[in-house]
Amino acid sequence: MKLLFEKGAPGRALSILPKLDVPAAEPEAALLREKPARLPNLSETEISRHYTELAKRTHGVNDGFYPLGSCTMKYNPKIDDEMAALPGFAGIHPLQPAEDAQGCLEVLDRLRGMLCEVTGMDGMTFQPAAGAHGEQTGLLTIKAYHKHRGDRNRVKVIVPDSAHGTNPASAAMAGMTVVSIPSGPDGCVDLDALKKTAGQDTAGLMLTNPNTLGIFDHNILEITRIVHEAGGLCYYDGANLNAVMGVVRPGDMGFDVVHLNLHKTFATPHGGGGPGAGAVGVKAFLKPFLPGPVVEKTESGYRFTTPAHSIGAVKAFYGNFLVDVRALAYALTLGADGMKLAATTAVLNANYMMAKLRGAFDMASGEVCMHEFVMSLEKLKKETGVSALDVAKAMLDEGMHPPTMYFPMIVHEALMLEPTETESRETLDEAVNVLLQIRERAYSDPEGVKACPVKAPIGRPDEVAAARNPKIRYAFPE
Amino acid sequence: MGGYLPSSAAERAGMLHELGFSDECQLYRDVPDGMILEALALPDGLSELEVSREMRSIAAKNVVYRSIFRGAGAYNHYIPSIVKQVTSKEEFVTAYTPYQAEISQGILQSIFEYQTLICELTGLDASNASVYDGATAAAEAVAMCCDKKRPRALVAASVNPQVKRVLATYCEGYGHPLQEVPEKDGRVDPEALAALLTPDAACLVLASPNFYGLIEDAAALGGMLHAAGAKLILSVNPIASALYKSAGELGADIAVGEGQPLGMPLSFGGPYLGFMAAKAELMRKLPGRIVGETTDKNGNRAFVLTLQAREQHIRREKAGSNICSNEALCAMTASVYAAAMGQRGLTEVARQCHAKAEYLAGRLARIGYLRRHSGAFFHEFLTGTPIPAENALAALSERGILGGLPVDGGILWCTTEMNSKADIDELIEVLKGVRA
Amino acid sequence: MVTPENLKYSKSHEWVEFLPDGAARVGISDYAQHELGDIVFVNLPAEGDSVTAGGRLADVESVKAVSDIFSPVAGTVRAVNPDLENAPEAINQKPYEAWICEIEGLGETEELLDAAAYQAFCEEAG
Repeated sequence: MKLLFEKGAPGRALSILPKLDVPAAEPEAALLREKPARLPNLSETEISRHYTELAKRTHGVNDGFYPLGSCTMKYNPKIDDEMAALPGFAGIHPLQPAEDAQGCLEVLDRLRGMLCEVTGMDGMTFQPAAGAHGEQTGLLTIKAYHKHRGDRNRVKVIVPDSAHGTNPASAAMAGMTVVSIPSGPDGCVDLDALKKTAGQDTAGLMLTNPNTLGIFDHNILEITRIVHEAGGLCYYDGANLNAVMGVVRPGDMGFDVVHLNLHKTFATPHGGGGPGAGAVGVKAFLKPFLPGPVVEKTESGYRFTTPAHSIGAVKAFYGNFLVDVRALAYALTLGADGMKLAATTAVLNANYMMAKLRGAFDMASGEVCMHEFVMSLEKLKKETGVSALDVAKAMLDEGMHPPTMYFPMIVHEALMLEPTETESRETLDEAVNVLLQIRERAYSDPEGVKACPVKAPIGRPDEVAAARNPKIRYAFPE
Repeated sequence: MGGYLPSSAAERAGMLHELGFSDECQLYRDVPDGMILEALALPDGLSELEVSREMRSIAAKNVVYRSIFRGAGAYNHYIPSIVKQVTSKEEFVTAYTPYQAEISQGILQSIFEYQTLICELTGLDASNASVYDGATAAAEAVAMCCDKKRPRALVAASVNPQVKRVLATYCEGYGHPLQEVPEKDGRVDPEALAALLTPDAACLVLASPNFYGLIEDAAALGGMLHAAGAKLILSVNPIASALYKSAGELGADIAVGEGQPLGMPLSFGGPYLGFMAAKAELMRKLPGRIVGETTDKNGNRAFVLTLQAREQHIRREKAGSNICSNEALCAMTASVYAAAMGQRGLTEVARQCHAKAEYLAGRLARIGYLRRHSGAFFHEFLTGTPIPAENALAALSERGILGGLPVDGGILWCTTEMNSKADIDELIEVLKGVRA
Repeated sequence: MVTPENLKYSKSHEWVEFLPDGAARVGISDYAQHELGDIVFVNLPAEGDSVTAGGRLADVESVKAVSDIFSPVAGTVRAVNPDLENAPEAINQKPYEAWICEIEGLGETEELLDAAAYQAFCEEAG
C-alpha cells in the first residue's frame, strides 16, 4: 500500500481557510525556510480513501476478541467518547481563569473522589499521561518524602523479577537503584528474600497484586508490613486493578502510593498506543509532595493549588484531561455495584477459559486465577517445535488478537490471556476452540502453523533487517 | 447500572457452577478475609441517558469562548472535519500498541507517515512515534544528551515556564544539574550562555519561537554550543516550522515541541503530543517507539516496531526512558491534519497566524498596549498595559473574548488563523472602552 | 560448536586473544552468538574507556533482547572494531574474527579457561 507521500499531485488541495483578511506581513527573508517541508498535495477523496484502507489493516476491539494479558482490552463505551468531544470540554483553554473552567475542575475533583474510594487513597494527581509516567511520578513522590524527612540514604527500590519492564525503568528515571528479588514459581514475593533486602537504604517496594501471573499474593499484608518496618513505602502498580476493583482496595493492602491505568481499568480507548492516563493516588501524608497544580474544592467553587512540597510537574498543564472525562463517564456508568461486578466477571471469565484449556496447556497461574492467567507452551515447543509465537501468529488467521507473549519472563514460552468482563460466553468458547485446534495442528502440521499468518495483509515481517538497517522515514526520490 | 457485560446473571451463575463454585467470593479465596469490601462508598451506576445529562451539565459550567487570543502552549487552530472523522474510526481508536505487526499495518504505516512528517517539518533525520507532550519531549531530549562526562543541562530563561518546571522535575529525578541561562530583552543573552558553557555542559534547551513569541538566534547559539562540545535541543512550533527556518537548517541536534497545533483541540491541556526528532547519529538514543520499514517473506512492504532493544520492556532499568504508551492517536491526528492542510495549506496557516499578530500588535500599540520586546515574532507577543491587566481582560471576558495571558510585564497575546479581522477589531473596540 | 585452541575463554562466554604487543583482543564465542540469535547492533565502548575484569564492556542487541558483554581483563580500550557498526551480523557469521575491542595496559584478569575446559563447561551448561 502506498504512503501519503506517494499519493497526490502538485496543485491538489482542500479548501480549508479563507483568504487573509488583514494586510500580509511576510517575515524577513533571512528567517524563512530554505528547503520547504515535503508535505503531500492531496484531495479530500484521496485522504478519506487512504485512511479507510489503513483502518481495514488495523484490528481494533471492534474487530474481535483481544485477550492481551496485562492490557485489559475491555470494550470502550461510545458515550465516553461522545462526552469527551463536547465543546464544553474539548474547547476549553487550559489557561482560562479557573472561574471559567469550573466544569473542568469539577471533572477532576469528582473523578479524584471516586478513584480514591476505589483505591483507598486520600489524594490524587491526574498529571501523568500513562502508567509508566505514573510510576515515575509515584517514585519521585516517595523520593521527595524521604528527602523531606532528612533521609538521603533511601535510594533503592525493590522490584520482583516478575515485574513489568516499566517498573525498573521508572525507578532509574527517579534516580533510584533497582534491587530485584526473586518471585516464587507462583509469581509471589519470596518473603525471606524481601526481609533480607528491605533495610535502611530502601525507598520502597513496587508491586502489582494480583501479580503478573494473575495470582493474588495472599501474603500481601506481611509484605507491606516488612517494607514499612524497614522504613520504606509501598507502591502499587495498578495495571491489574481490573481483578479487584470494588472487591479489595490497594490502600487496605498496605500501599501508600497507587497508579491507575485509566486506559485499562477505566475503559478509555488505547488509540493504537495512547493517549492514556496514569492517575497517581497517595495516602494523606504524601499529598504535599504531589506534582501540581491539583484541584481543591472550596465554598466558592473549585480552584487550583500547588502542594506545599510539590515535586514540580511531570507534564505541562493538568494531564490528559479528555481521557479523564471518559473515565468519569465510565465510573458514573458503573457505580459501586457495576465496578464490583466488572471485576468479579473479569475474574470469572478468566477462570472459565483457564479451566477449559487446562488439560491441553500447562498453566502457571495455579488452580484459581484472577483476571488473567499465564500458560506455558514449553512442552509444546519441545514436542513439536511450535512456539508461543507461532501459536499467536496462527490466532491471527482466526481473526483474533493473540494474548501477550513472552511475559512474564519467569515463565518460558508464555502466553498471558486476559479476556475481561466485556466478552460473552460464546466468544470465550470460540477462543478456547481456536487454541485447541491450533494445538492439534501443531502436532499434525507444525510447518503449517509456523507459516502463519497467511490470511493477514502481510506475512511475518523481517524484523532483523528492520533493526540492522533502520528505515524509519520515507526516502523521497531525489 | 451499566457495565457492558454481555453475560446475564443466569449465564454467570452457570459458568460459576461449571467451575465447581457456588459463589463469586470463592474466586477470591487468596484474599485475606478482612480485606474484602462490603461495598464501595459510591452511588450505584447510572443509565446512559443519566450519564449523558450529568456530564453535559458539568460541561455547561465551562465558558466556551468564541474568540480566543491566548496561547502560551495551547493554540486555537481550525481542525478540518476530515481529521475528526478519520481519528474517530473505531479501529484506530480502540486498537492496542501494534506489537502484532501483521494485523496492525494500518497503525504502523500511519506512525511511519507521522515520523516522516516530523522529519520534514524539523529538517532532521530520525523521529520517534511520539512522547506525552512538548515539555516531556524536552526533558527526554536532555536525558539523551547528558552523560557522566557532561552531566549538566542548560535551559534558556525564555522557554515556556511550564516546560522549565517539567525539566526541573525530570532533571532532579535523573540527578542532572539544570541551570537557567538569563534572558536579555526577551531572548537568550549570548554572553550569559558563554559564561555557562563549561566542559561539563551537555546541552541547551532553547525555544524558537520562545515563550514571548520571539524568534531566537538559534543558529548563532548553536554554533557556540557546538564549539564547546555541547548539543542544541531546539523546541519549535510545528506550524511555524512550515514557514520559518527548520531546526535542521538552524543546526539543532535534537528538535522537540508541542504538536497540539496539528489538529488537536484545546482540551483543557490534554491529550497533547510531544514530538522528537534528531540527527541520524542520535537515532538510537531516541526514547519510545519507532516504526521501521521492512519486507515480509513474500517481498511485500511491511512496517514493524523496530529498535525495540532500546526500550523498557527489554532493557528495563538500563533503558534510556520508561516510556511505554505514548500519544499514538494524537500522532495520527497530526498526520491527517498535515495531509488535509498540505504543504501550501500549512504554510498559509503560518502566514495568517503571523500577519494577524502583526495587525493586532499594530492596533494594540495605538491604544497604549506597547510591545515589551523588539524584533521578529511568530504569532505571540508581550505588551504592557495602560490599565491593570485584570480590568482589560475582565472587560473582554464579558464579551465572550478570551484575551491574552496575564504575565509579569503585561499580557501575552496570541493570534491564529481563527481570529478574523472582525474579531481583532472587536477586541480593540472593547479595550478602548474600558475605564482604568 | 567451534572453539579455537589458541584463545582463552571466560565463563561468561567471551574469548581473549593475547597479542604479541601485550594488548588483548576480546570477542564472544560461537556458543554465545548462537544463544543470542541474529545480532542487530553492538553498543561499543569508546576508545580510552577503562574497564575492569568482569565489568561491563559492551552490549549486543538482537531483535528482542540485549545482552551485556563482560571484559575478561582490566585495562583501557585502545580500539573498537569499526566493521561492527555496519555489519554486526559478522559476530554471528565469524565470531572469532569479528573482534569487539582491543584492550591495553592489562591488569587483573578473570578466571580464564583453555579451549578444552571451555568446551566442557559449555557442554555441562547443556
